[in-house]
Amino acid sequence: MIKFLLMVNRQGQTRLSRFYQPVELSRRTTLEADVVRCCLSRKKEQCSFVEYKDFKLVYRQYAALYIVAGVTDNENELSVFELLHNFVEVLDKYFSRVSELDIMFNVDRVHILLDEMIQNGHVVETNKGRVLAPLTALDKMADG
Amino acid sequence: MSDVVEKTLTALPSLLSLDSQSGSTKLSSTSKLGNLIRGITELTSKHEEEKLIQRELVSIKEQVSSPNTSMRQMKELMVRAIYCEMLGYEASFSYIHAIKLAQQGTALEKRVGYLAVSLFLNESHELLLLLVNTVLKDLQSTNLIEVCMALTVVSQMFPKDMIPAILPLVEEKLNHPKEIIRRKAVLALYKFYLIAPNQVQHIHNKFRKALCDKDPGVMTASLHIYLQMIQENPEGYKDLTASFVTILKQVVGGKLPMDFNYHSVPAPWLQIQLLRILAFLGKNDQSTSEIMYEVLDESLRRAEINHNITYAILYECVKCIYTIHPKSELLEKAAKCIGNFVLSSKINLKYLGLKALTYVVQQDPKLALQHQMTIIECLDHPDLIIKRETLELLFRITNAQNVTVIVEKMLDFLHVNKDDYTTINLVGKVAELAEKYAPDNEWFIETMSTVFSVGGDVMQPDIPNSFLKLLSEGFDSVEEDRKLRLFAVDSYVSLLQGEPGKLPQRFLQVISWVLGEYSNLREELEAATVLRLLAKLLDMKSTSSETKSWVLMAMTKLCDGGAGVSVAREVCETYGSSLDTVLRQRAQELQHLSQDCELRARVLPRDASLEPLEVDSSLSFLDGFVSEALAAGAAPYKPPHQRQEELAQEKALSLQPYGLSLPISMSSCSIADRQSPTLLSVSSGLSGDSPDLSHKGSSTTLKLDGVKRVWGREGYLAQKELVEESVHVEVPSPLRSPSQQGEADGLHSQTPTPVSSPQPEQEKQQLASSLFVGLGSQSSVCLMGKSESTTQRFRRKAKGPVSSSGASEQISNSLVSTPSTANNLLCNNLLDATITSDLAASSLEQTSEPSQVPAAANGTCDVELPDSDMKESSPSLIRDNAVVAADPALHEDPDKLKDLCLSSHLPAEFSGLSHSEITPLCTNQSLDISACHLQKEDSLALVVFMYNSSDSDIQQILLELNSIELEVACVCDSPVQEVKSDSVAVCWYSLTVKRPSVHVEVVGVVSYQFPAGTPQSAQFSYKLPLTSFIRPLTVSTEEYGAMWLDFSHDTKQKLTLISDGQEPLTDSLNVLKKKLQLHVVEIIGMEGIVACRLVRDQPCLMHCRLHAGTLSVWLRSPVPDLPDCLMYHCQRALQEH
Repeated sequence: MIKFLLMVNRQGQTRLSRFYQPVELSRRTTLEADVVRCCLSRKKEQCSFVEYKDFKLVYRQYAALYIVAGVTDNENELSVFELLHNFVEVLDKYFSRVSELDIMFNVDRVHILLDEMIQNGHVVETNKGRVLAPLTALDKMADG
Repeated sequence: MSDVVEKTLTALPSLLSLDSQSGSTKLSSTSKLGNLIRGITELTSKHEEEKLIQRELVSIKEQVSSPNTSMRQMKELMVRAIYCEMLGYEASFSYIHAIKLAQQGTALEKRVGYLAVSLFLNESHELLLLLVNTVLKDLQSTNLIEVCMALTVVSQMFPKDMIPAILPLVEEKLNHPKEIIRRKAVLALYKFYLIAPNQVQHIHNKFRKALCDKDPGVMTASLHIYLQMIQENPEGYKDLTASFVTILKQVVGGKLPMDFNYHSVPAPWLQIQLLRILAFLGKNDQSTSEIMYEVLDESLRRAEINHNITYAILYECVKCIYTIHPKSELLEKAAKCIGNFVLSSKINLKYLGLKALTYVVQQDPKLALQHQMTIIECLDHPDLIIKRETLELLFRITNAQNVTVIVEKMLDFLHVNKDDYTTINLVGKVAELAEKYAPDNEWFIETMSTVFSVGGDVMQPDIPNSFLKLLSEGFDSVEEDRKLRLFAVDSYVSLLQGEPGKLPQRFLQVISWVLGEYSNLREELEAATVLRLLAKLLDMKSTSSETKSWVLMAMTKLCDGGAGVSVAREVCETYGSSLDTVLRQRAQELQHLSQDCELRARVLPRDASLEPLEVDSSLSFLDGFVSEALAAGAAPYKPPHQRQEELAQEKALSLQPYGLSLPISMSSCSIADRQSPTLLSVSSGLSGDSPDLSHKGSSTTLKLDGVKRVWGREGYLAQKELVEESVHVEVPSPLRSPSQQGEADGLHSQTPTPVSSPQPEQEKQQLASSLFVGLGSQSSVCLMGKSESTTQRFRRKAKGPVSSSGASEQISNSLVSTPSTANNLLCNNLLDATITSDLAASSLEQTSEPSQVPAAANGTCDVELPDSDMKESSPSLIRDNAVVAADPALHEDPDKLKDLCLSSHLPAEFSGLSHSEITPLCTNQSLDISACHLQKEDSLALVVFMYNSSDSDIQQILLELNSIELEVACVCDSPVQEVKSDSVAVCWYSLTVKRPSVHVEVVGVVSYQFPAGTPQSAQFSYKLPLTSFIRPLTVSTEEYGAMWLDFSHDTKQKLTLISDGQEPLTDSLNVLKKKLQLHVVEIIGMEGIVACRLVRDQPCLMHCRLHAGTLSVWLRSPVPDLPDCLMYHCQRALQEH
């Protein structure tokens, strides 16, 4: 299962964090810093999966932004790797060419989209149209 | 800083452009949130961040509590608070406002309120209760979006106790016309199933309906529930296999709407989910597996698009094929598929290929041979992650012949590795391999020395512990023990003469102990020399005080007159006045004992370690203390792993540094204890199948001297010997017999095997031949690779050399030479055969020997059933120490007549079975409730009798039984609703164990009413020992071996042996068998294996070994807590004998 999902930029600043297993607030920052250090030290040609303590990190880099998922050992790393891309494609569709600032200014919306895709550490929806539907409906209500 | 913005700008052109569409422009960059974000992007230091956020928090706090804040502003405030928490600054003051926003906001505001709640609170937070009403209201809303939101938050977090309040509403949504509502309702039910499975037990048929939903999304959602349920109980859902297969066939065949595709692959995550489910269903089940062969074949075939996600599916498919009952054609295809992975130039695929291979070689080690050259290449891969994964693979294929090479590779990795966690993990594996397969003493001691110096102070404490235990307990051959110890002494003395300052503390402790204990074996070595070396350690600054006390203890053992006394005196002067009380005590002991030879000889006799030390492992002398403490309200004891598990459940992501997992301080052993401090039973924290500590003691793995070393790191050592070793004849090695191997594996042609290859290539091949030696032979001996290797290991533990033929000979010898054992075995088998079908008369007689009922350890008012109460008409196995928690007063009139009268009301279906005594549970003026239980094959039947002693009829009876540990199912045809005056109503229930506990309890509430009167109710409880739920499990030794490795929960303990007869092991096992209904699988020499199951079918395996007058028992099971509970009962059974 997926333990957490992070969006961090190259400076190590967290842009989004979602934990699917409880972690104390005070420990999150240390964990995030650790995770970023782990991913930043990797070269392009190296494997996108890293062992971290007793679980694994799956990461993808988009420009200056890293998206990292912490997964348990029994998880299929490659499927999570693609799930991250699917998530980015969803964001791209919603924001039409998503940027780091889009994510920052709309952290609530990004969370809402993520909640449609992952719940309790499991993939619950990957159909882009269906992921987007609830949020677009909300946006319409706000407009109308 | 401008640098950052610039980078972002170049990377993302749409940034901040004013015509940017969608909702994002709603937030102008001049808003408060905009300010915060701009502030964050401009941060340059942690200090600035803290200042900024603190300021922000103050401002949020002010506005949030102002009555004029609109919901729209509130929403922005919540997003700002989310930001602060995301950066690690607590904003707990805003939690209540998040709930308020969810309650009062509309549309997006409400959604953000829910979002903030789910981000801020964890599932046990008390504020969550305040959300229940809001959720309830939204679920009933006519606005679909609000219903959606409520269902989303419910499927993320909901207070367990409040589930009944919303369950009917959620169930209702399962029939909603909109797919999204149905889908979210199913996900909400999944959440309920995760946190409170019994609450949704009654709606399993609705899950099935969801599985058959016409919308693929709803069906997909239901698979989460099924995966979970099937994982827990595959037997219950075999009938659905065909449905899952059909669904997968349709998905693979592209029957889903196009929008489910991801990069032209149809619903990949759904495929993966289905393959996982099929793997659980087909495991160890041929007929179920057969249903899925076709679709698996099609999955492999269809996955032709060259995209990552296809490989993710293939990986899952291969795993499934190797999990279910094997089909050779499919296995071949899957193996070929793995080849594509590992040979891929894409590093992520290579990684996944290695992972798949690691999984697969456990079923079929031969497969590693096909890819040996790739594995060798991966071993030298520049990416450490790939290297690490390769070592994991090698660890799985290690055997006695390739152990030296593999361990060397692991140690090489350890030398470059920086990560503590990996070090701990790998060091444990090296130690495990070294103990299991060491070819000779020198290698073993040297490897362990490296383990100790590399593992340093981070490694698991039981590695040094078991090492010392191994040294002290020794093996069967005294001469071999001496050699090993001598070699250790020599090697440690030379280490101390070098640079001991560089050695980790743990290693120094091991060295001190070994020198203290065994340096006298080396006669030419003077005690004074060793003492001086040890004293040098005391002077080093880096030495910790714990190590110092080990050193002082060692010195005390060594210091017997002569030149040593002066060294001792010096040391005592320094430490006799140390501020550390432990050190001071040790120094004082050293001083006194070095001066008084007689006292020393008495306290620390030479060779005392050969005599077993009597240890009361059950700590029964503390029983009184414990019960007092419990009575005073202390929490009952939980074994360490249970505590850790609970801890892990609380905070699943532990970010604490990996410290010692068991708080056993080595210095805590007393000086008078000449035994190793490892006598404390330390459960192995290593990987699942690490061998038992106590087993290592006598395991013959180190006694391999008789076996020729055929393969070394240079490859094949001497051809002649190989021919003699018939087992090894078929070892395929690319160097020797490329043609032979070509026959053995079809894929081999892919790996390059030139006859005359350039130098580096040749080196690789040599490495290959030494790494993969022994794999081919194993698989050629037996196709069931896995079970073969395990039984072999077991036999080797028993006695005998490595070669499996030799080992089996040994066994047959031991059986022949001890006819009594053989008879016993025969006899046992006969009994077992009858015991399941009928309660054999002979065993009944045996059980009717009086046995005391254990007083339960928890301070409740338990009453023992007097023996005379037992029904004479049916002495039976059921007499299993039933402990009934009830008012003691009730017990004083066990009216036999009533009992007999009640037993006539027993349902007809139980007529053949004998029942326990009928125990009164609760009595008031009108209703008497009593109960008894009967053991059935697959459950325990609980029969409740309700006797109406009043003059009028009792109506509207509602009887409810609940239990924390048990699953209670009513099996009556129709629930009892009324009892006529002076008559009896009977209900019966089928009980199975949900969560093992030493004693289990059923709590019942009965509510009823007289025709004219107010409703009344009565409560009662019925308590049973876990043993009532234990049934024998008939397995063969091979099956036992295969199961053993799969089980992850274990416990070990030494128990009292019944030693009044000729065959203490057989006697003890017979007692266990009689009292606990275990099945004795086999007894081989000093070892016995026993199996049982907890109803319905949760196996527990037991391995017993005679050791130094005690019985070392090792229990393993897939069920947490079961080994601990059973151990308790075994201990009781043997003590009471």
